Amino acid sequence: MDIFELTIHQMHNKLSTGEISSVEATRAMLARIESVEPQVGSFVTLTPESALAEAEAADRRIASGDAHVLTGIPLALKDIFLTEGIRTTCGSRMLHNFVPPYSATSWERLRDSGCVLLGKLNQDEFAMGSSNESSAFGVTRNPWDTACIPGGSSGGSAAAIAARQATATLGTDTGGSIRQPASHCGCVGLKPTYGRVSRYGVIAYASSLDQVGPITRDVTDCAIMLGAIAGYDPKDSTSVKTPVPDYTAALTGDVKGLKIGLPKEYFIAGLDRDVQAAMDRAIETYGRLGAEFVEISLPHTDYAVATYYLVATAEASSNLARYDGVRFGHRSEKYEGLIDMMTKSRSEGFGAEVKRRIMLGTYALSSGYYDAYYVKAQKVRTLIMGDFTRAFENVDVILTPVAPTPAFKIGEKVNDPLQMYLSDIFTIPVNLAGTCAMAVPAGFSASGLPIGLQLIGKPFGEETILRAGHAFEQATEWHMRKADI
Amino acid sequence: MKYQPVIGLEVHTQLKTGSKIFCGCSTTFGSEPNSQTCPVCLGLPGALPVLNKKVVEFAIRAGLATNCIIAHQSVFARKNYFYPDLPKGYQISQFEEPICRKGWLDIQLEAQEVKRIGITRIHMEEDAGKLVHGDVPGLEDGSGVDLNRACTPLLEVVSEPDLRSSDEAVAYLKQLHRIVTWLGICDGNMEEGSFRCDANVSVMPVGSDTLGTRAEIKNVNSFRFVKQAIDYEIQRQIDLIEDGGSVVQETRLFDPNSGTTRSMRSKEEAHDYRYFPDPDLVPVVIGADWVQHAQGELPELPEHRRQRFITELGLSEYDAEVITASRAMADYFEECVAFHHNAKAVSNWLMGEVTRALNDSGTAIDACPVIPRQLAALIKLIDNGAISGKIAKTVFEEMWKNGGEPQAIVQKEGLAQVSDSSAIEAIIDEIIAANPAQVEEFRGGKEKVFGFFVGLVMRASKGKANPALVNELLLAKLKEN
Repeated sequence: MDIFELTIHQMHNKLSTGEISSVEATRAMLARIESVEPQVGSFVTLTPESALAEAEAADRRIASGDAHVLTGIPLALKDIFLTEGIRTTCGSRMLHNFVPPYSATSWERLRDSGCVLLGKLNQDEFAMGSSNESSAFGVTRNPWDTACIPGGSSGGSAAAIAARQATATLGTDTGGSIRQPASHCGCVGLKPTYGRVSRYGVIAYASSLDQVGPITRDVTDCAIMLGAIAGYDPKDSTSVKTPVPDYTAALTGDVKGLKIGLPKEYFIAGLDRDVQAAMDRAIETYGRLGAEFVEISLPHTDYAVATYYLVATAEASSNLARYDGVRFGHRSEKYEGLIDMMTKSRSEGFGAEVKRRIMLGTYALSSGYYDAYYVKAQKVRTLIMGDFTRAFENVDVILTPVAPTPAFKIGEKVNDPLQMYLSDIFTIPVNLAGTCAMAVPAGFSASGLPIGLQLIGKPFGEETILRAGHAFEQATEWHMRKADI
Repeated sequence: MKYQPVIGLEVHTQLKTGSKIFCGCSTTFGSEPNSQTCPVCLGLPGALPVLNKKVVEFAIRAGLATNCIIAHQSVFARKNYFYPDLPKGYQISQFEEPICRKGWLDIQLEAQEVKRIGITRIHMEEDAGKLVHGDVPGLEDGSGVDLNRACTPLLEVVSEPDLRSSDEAVAYLKQLHRIVTWLGICDGNMEEGSFRCDANVSVMPVGSDTLGTRAEIKNVNSFRFVKQAIDYEIQRQIDLIEDGGSVVQETRLFDPNSGTTRSMRSKEEAHDYRYFPDPDLVPVVIGADWVQHAQGELPELPEHRRQRFITELGLSEYDAEVITASRAMADYFEECVAFHHNAKAVSNWLMGEVTRALNDSGTAIDACPVIPRQLAALIKLIDNGAISGKIAKTVFEEMWKNGGEPQAIVQKEGLAQVSDSSAIEAIIDEIIAANPAQVEEFRGGKEKVFGFFVGLVMRASKGKANPALVNELLLAKLKEN
């Protein structure tokens, strides 16, 4: 098997037995990137030199017997994670020249475990989008069908896994930005509970919703990655002190008696036929494995998208105020005076979708509208949280589709933002509720595009959804299929 | 028509914490520009604030000392506006849920009743950076941003519009200044901007109960300027109304050079700050035990101490006020009195010689080279009749300059008071003999001449003669013949 085909746990075995070195693995990944990158476009920045230096260091560490499971594994990061000394753009022209002086906590934790950084991955600008089309650094294509979008906003992170350009990647998820691209690209993607992983050094889109998580080839890799990045960070006041369990130990393969909730609001008429079929098959599979099903109701689901686009844009309008051309990032070349400098820098630096969301959020927070929009949205958010709290009184996990359709065509929804926003209808409520969820490969459409199922867990119930996802993976072969690229 | 001014003050006090409110950077004043910064206070992408617990402690202290309710839960909010000295494009402050609410301070103007001034709220927030224009090498025709001050902790204390004159405003401000410095939470340095004030001023016809339109005056950074700015603004508004115009709601800037205020921005140009709870910070929850603990740690407050000095130690209202102007002064006083129970004499010395020497040398009372025990010993020497008050001043000068115990100095310099009546009588006899004309004048009823004789005797004894004894013996001798 080609080295670039290996999962983390497979590669770790070969690295620890000395069958391959990290330098070899890194070279194999770099060669793979070189060969498929023109068709996929996953990366914004490649770091081959530092990657090889890190691989050499990893080989020494392995030889010294002090290796972590991630030591020597070649990874890549969404370009939203600050990487000291390596340009970090967040997919925006605004940060085309920004080289951060410090690193994100999640990346520091991975680096401390001895992994190798191949480069930075493409994304929707400032993580705003569901298709990766809003990036200032070109379109990323879906490796399963290059006419299609990979999903977004962590589109590069999912495409790189599907195209075997990295062994694992990190993404961020504000309204589905890990799970939706993972689903569209046939990968495993996990959005942890809010507070489980530090947000320090991750460029903020909507602070009360943003969460860091892995996109991987399989559930075992996902558990390994989560274990490496999770945990309290004194630099993030919203990170939580709950101890980090050994997530791989939760992968028992046993789901007998597991109570799976099926929310009636998610299995609606009009759901894409292939997606519906995949869900039906998944339910059958879980039934065979001994799980039990409970029909549940999440009554405020209908309001989730509207709520999200008030809360997220309000926070974004404030979070993105720091990009003013004064201290870093893009500054307009011609301007007269201060206001003009800021206005021009922002007008030139931000793309259309980012501007749209800044305006929406500014409006929602404006005097006279605040109560009607922002405050109301916060109240609905509380109701949505309540939906999940009540549902979890009776079930262990909730099973839903990740997205209402498989990946759509590039350009198909670019001029219809509302349609684009609705593609996150099943993932957004989880962010509003602050709980955890995972996308797992669950089938393919008639045209050969991957379809993912979503397993939603209780707050800090990552072990349960990992166990359920792993059992499903053991019983199916969807995750073994390869994109023909 | 007579007008009634209505004034409310918003005071920003910079807290004396070692590190900033949301990061670990130092708060030292006057360092190399941008040398005290990190990703958090620079507002770099991805950086997150973490609250400094000390700031909460200081806020609780301030709240308790100003009779506020300490909120069980308070929330940080973002105040959004663009300015180059504001790195994140928003200031982290508190809005709907401040840490302290509903307090008060008492003020008293000379010869007036005590007046209670309401405090609407006290909230925690971060300061902005500073813009530097032109006068720095490399910035000849541009501006620079210095973010050393960014993220420095502030408490904003907002009063009710209870103040009715510039004098009341200044009295309130001085009272608040004394409290925050007394508590040790603010250095009170107005020149460096550690204690700054904005004033909301309006006027209404006397007897009216409808408040007039107010103007907010920014940048009044000394007690004198506060009085000047408010007086100017009151007159400006009255003139405007008398001339048939009306006051517009606006922000005005005080110009200390001209003593006037000028319009900065109108209501229409006012920012919509779009406040909302900061999602990067969790609510501040303060349990009853924390408040109780803080209450227990609170020093005796100036007002209480002032009263005690009057009732227990017998100081006059005026002396008690001066002695409790600062906690260090009050501490010095009490320590002195503990060594020598003559409160009146100690307060006289403190307000006289000690304050003069401190002022002349620019020394703070807590750095006074003469320590309380030594000052007490000096005053004791006077009270025991060992030296005169006049000689004591000489001894004090020596103690200030070269240190040393007063007894030792008196001994070494031979300054002990002469209370030996035969020695004094000998001097008196000589002087009476040498000034027969003046003796005649005295005996002829011109009693003023007495002072002349006292002066001569004191001079002849090099100031060491016991003045009371001199008076007594001199009078007897002059009347003798």
